[in-house]
Amino acid sequence: MSIYVEAVLVLGILGGVLSALLALAGRRLANYGPCAVTINDRKPVVVEGGGKLLETLYDQRIFIPSACGGQGTCGYCKVEVVSGGRTVLPTEIPFLNENEIQRGIRLACQVKIKQDIQIKVEESLLSIKEFRAHVSRTRQLTHDTRELEIKLVEPATMQFTPGQYVQVLVPGKGERIFRAYSISSPPAIDSTIELVVRLIPGGVGSTYLHRVEVGDEITLTGPYGDFELDEDKKTELICVGGGCGIAPMHSIIRHLEKTQSRKPCTLFLGAATAKDIMYQEEFEALKKRMPHFDVHYALSDLDASPEWQGDRGHIHELVQKLVQDKPGRQAFLCGPPVMIEAVSRVLHAKGFTKDRIFYDEF
Amino acid sequence: MDGSFLGGLAIVFLAAVITNNILLTRFLGMCSFIAISRSMRNAWYMGLTVVFVTVCTALINYGIYFGVLVEGAPLLQTDLTYLTFIIFIAMIAAFVQLVEMIIERFSSRLYSALGIYLPLITVNCAILGVNLFMIEPDMDISFLQSAIYALGSGLGFLLAICLMAGLRSKLEAADVPAPLRGLGITMIITGLMAMAFMGFTGMVQQ
Repeated sequence: MSIYVEAVLVLGILGGVLSALLALAGRRLANYGPCAVTINDRKPVVVEGGGKLLETLYDQRIFIPSACGGQGTCGYCKVEVVSGGRTVLPTEIPFLNENEIQRGIRLACQVKIKQDIQIKVEESLLSIKEFRAHVSRTRQLTHDTRELEIKLVEPATMQFTPGQYVQVLVPGKGERIFRAYSISSPPAIDSTIELVVRLIPGGVGSTYLHRVEVGDEITLTGPYGDFELDEDKKTELICVGGGCGIAPMHSIIRHLEKTQSRKPCTLFLGAATAKDIMYQEEFEALKKRMPHFDVHYALSDLDASPEWQGDRGHIHELVQKLVQDKPGRQAFLCGPPVMIEAVSRVLHAKGFTKDRIFYDEF
Repeated sequence: MDGSFLGGLAIVFLAAVITNNILLTRFLGMCSFIAISRSMRNAWYMGLTVVFVTVCTALINYGIYFGVLVEGAPLLQTDLTYLTFIIFIAMIAAFVQLVEMIIERFSSRLYSALGIYLPLITVNCAILGVNLFMIEPDMDISFLQSAIYALGSGLGFLLAICLMAGLRSKLEAADVPAPLRGLGITMIITGLMAMAFMGFTGMVQQ
């Protein structure tokens, strides 16, 4: 009998001592007391030390983009730490170049507030708001892609420019996880936004957004993204979208339609097979209504969809074939990194300068 | 201290570093060995952290094992050695957590260098391995010998991971067949290194 008692006793005492030691260390060592956080030239705010900068900024209603839930794997949450940030951690190095390290750029999710800290955040990020909203309509676009219409509740409207994106909060325990989605509706409709979500097996954001039903609450922040549409009607616009990179293009083209723009615009859409193409009927109808708009498709899977009459191959090959060499144009690309890289290369060769090509990778 | 005593310690040390290298003869701690050996700097810091944690936890666990758990120990007479596993694991995990908190608080530079490796070695099997081999009945080692054994094993890990980092930096320029790139070639090299280390076996009389 006594062997059991002793075993429990030994485990209990040792476990107790270790837990007490860790708890004490947690209170004594990991307690950094109140720290003052100064953001740009604002008045310092005092927060409890020990927290992560990204979370603290969120609590201060400053919404830095972040897609990995503070794991240090996406590299989006860059801020400039002027003082009090301590040494750059090895987890940040892969996301920072030499110049950024010199300037004190850090990943907000990796910086712990341990003393008074002064940071600089881009002005454009300060105007980003958090929205409470609910799903107002859903529609299946293709076998794996869903369109969601989201009604904004508080604030009730969002001012954005075509091509921008929002970050949707994925509910769950632990750290806040956000996933970025481009807005596919035009800015003229400001009380609802539409998102295009392709289901990625195992993906937290797409799984969540494929499960929500009409009426479910959604929290999102935005709008993010620095694409600025050149409103000059002479500037030709080249849009290239791969897969659900169609979403921002859908916003831009519907914006052109709503504003009755006479701007020439050519849209290139890449998809794997014919059943992956989204909004085809809508774009064909727009093409008839808008004399300056044209759309081309290419299927990258050469053997799939034998009934397909259109082009085949990668989308950059089609861009190479159809885009003319002439000045005064702007390009917007959205799709997987390999597509962006290939299309950028083609456009550079056709005389596009860096500042005339905008892109969103996913 | 006579010569044979010091000689005995030297043999324990050399055996732990080379002939019984924890990584290359027991294949323990492989996950961190492969994950962290991509750059020399990281391998060096990871190795140093392992040396430190191995020595400290071995000393503490030696005390717990021979003071409490073993039959006829000074504190409790009953044989509680079947608790060894769970207690050693809890001890190592708690120790690593504690060390992480301490260096995070007191040395920003040290934390920047070692901080991210500490959580990785909380469940490093090389460290638990050293702790468990140390108490094997046929080892029959004293407190000092166990300290030397732990130090040697830690340094053995450091040596192996730094050698691997050096080899992998050479591999960057090598023309490795596509299917073997990355993990595949690393495993093959580990096997070759293990064979080379076994060549030392005859040098130290145990």
